[in-house]
Amino acid sequence: MIKDLTVGVLGLQGAFAKHIAMLKKLNVQSIQVRYPEELDRCDGLIFPGGESTTMSKLINEMDIRDRLSEFNRPIFGTCAGAILMSNDSDDSRVPTFNKVPIKAHRNAWGRQLESFISEIDLRFDTDPFKAVFIRSPKLSEPGKNVKVLGILKDEIVLVQYENLVLSTFHPELTDDTRIHEYFIKLVKK
Amino acid sequence: MNKGSFEVKVGLAEMLKGGVIMDVTTPEQAKIAEDAGAVAVMALERIPADIRAHGGIARMSSPAIIKAIQDIVSIPVMAKCRIGHFAEAQILEALQVDFIDESEVLTPADEENHIWKHDFKVPFVCGCRDLGEALRRIGEGAAMMRTKGEAGSGNIVEAVRHMRQVQKDIRMLTVLRDDELMAAAKKLGAPFEIVKQVAKTGKLPVPNFAAGGIATPADAALMMQLGAETVFVGSGIFKSEDPAVRAKAIVLATTYYNDPQKLAEISMDLKEAMEGLDIASIPDEERFAKRGW
Repeated sequence: MIKDLTVGVLGLQGAFAKHIAMLKKLNVQSIQVRYPEELDRCDGLIFPGGESTTMSKLINEMDIRDRLSEFNRPIFGTCAGAILMSNDSDDSRVPTFNKVPIKAHRNAWGRQLESFISEIDLRFDTDPFKAVFIRSPKLSEPGKNVKVLGILKDEIVLVQYENLVLSTFHPELTDDTRIHEYFIKLVKK
Repeated sequence: MNKGSFEVKVGLAEMLKGGVIMDVTTPEQAKIAEDAGAVAVMALERIPADIRAHGGIARMSSPAIIKAIQDIVSIPVMAKCRIGHFAEAQILEALQVDFIDESEVLTPADEENHIWKHDFKVPFVCGCRDLGEALRRIGEGAAMMRTKGEAGSGNIVEAVRHMRQVQKDIRMLTVLRDDELMAAAKKLGAPFEIVKQVAKTGKLPVPNFAAGGIATPADAALMMQLGAETVFVGSGIFKSEDPAVRAKAIVLATTYYNDPQKLAEISMDLKEAMEGLDIASIPDEERFAKRGW
């Protein structure tokens, strides 16, 4: 295990166990975060995929919203996590944390029949990445200083803004650790 | 672009983990479910308790109801088809439901064969009572399993039996020698390749959820502690006195399933749960769990 480094995975609902398994593979200590005070122990946080409406409700119910708003260490949001980190979810059911100046559009690819796997191009590596998109959102109108790190045709699928990373797909559902490694580097800084 | 592969199907099941899937019969109920924090809704014509009470043939719900529910909620919409009724499944796929439940709650259309689920792009969930049944369904292409329990009974005893049986069967496989696995596969009546895989990994190759008889937050917590990764609640919500409050309480209980203090708080404001049935009072031929094999 890498010493003195703990990455939290918001574990209210969704694919949190897959992220924890990924971190274990990278020798990074992790905790499942379900209570506000657990955030204090985290050097970084993964906001997993799942249902954004459900997660939103649980965040309100547990008084964890304010603590998440104040959390200023690195965060990696995947799919539903990316929607919640954006500045607009395009849906009044899902209030966002407004951390990244970019717009998210829920389920913009369509229903489950439109879910897919496709190779995407990464800006920080020459090999493509096999990305799994499950009822994924789309991102648009990136603000100044939002770095696009991954694209699929014309769509933005992976971005970085300061110490925050958002992906509209699910790297935790593959065996490829490169995107998690990229995030861990930000946590170590 | 690769759509409809097994990986993509299981991907959606992964996203539903730690959540509650609720049975609904109208768009209004679907809205209540979504507002309470359901991860998905199951659209059906009558909830299992009413199917049980009214008898007759229970079929796939009407496309108009499914469409109306899809229009009102943003969470995944699932729907049930009869065991072996692949034409109903084709129609549900055409309606773009997000998951199909090939369900024993509806009257079976085929007493011998289940649907060959590999032919579909939409993922399927199926019920099971033990590991052999689970692996047969996975062999046919199911991307998610659930216990059968006894739907519409409000009684958790069968779901507990089925969950414990699946877990016990898995543990047994993990201690066998390689040269004992073929005999185990024969005994389970399950595909050998999947038996080998389970023996090696110690878990099902797809997510394993609980269903059939969950009526309270404590029931949800019990099933999660027994190894379920998500719970289905059928009659338990809309047959209770306080659907919206109860739905929200069960959602919270599924996240905080191992925090008894929290569970006590969650359960404080609830009114009467659904009445429920003693399993022994249900004649054998009326038990849903006995349908399918």
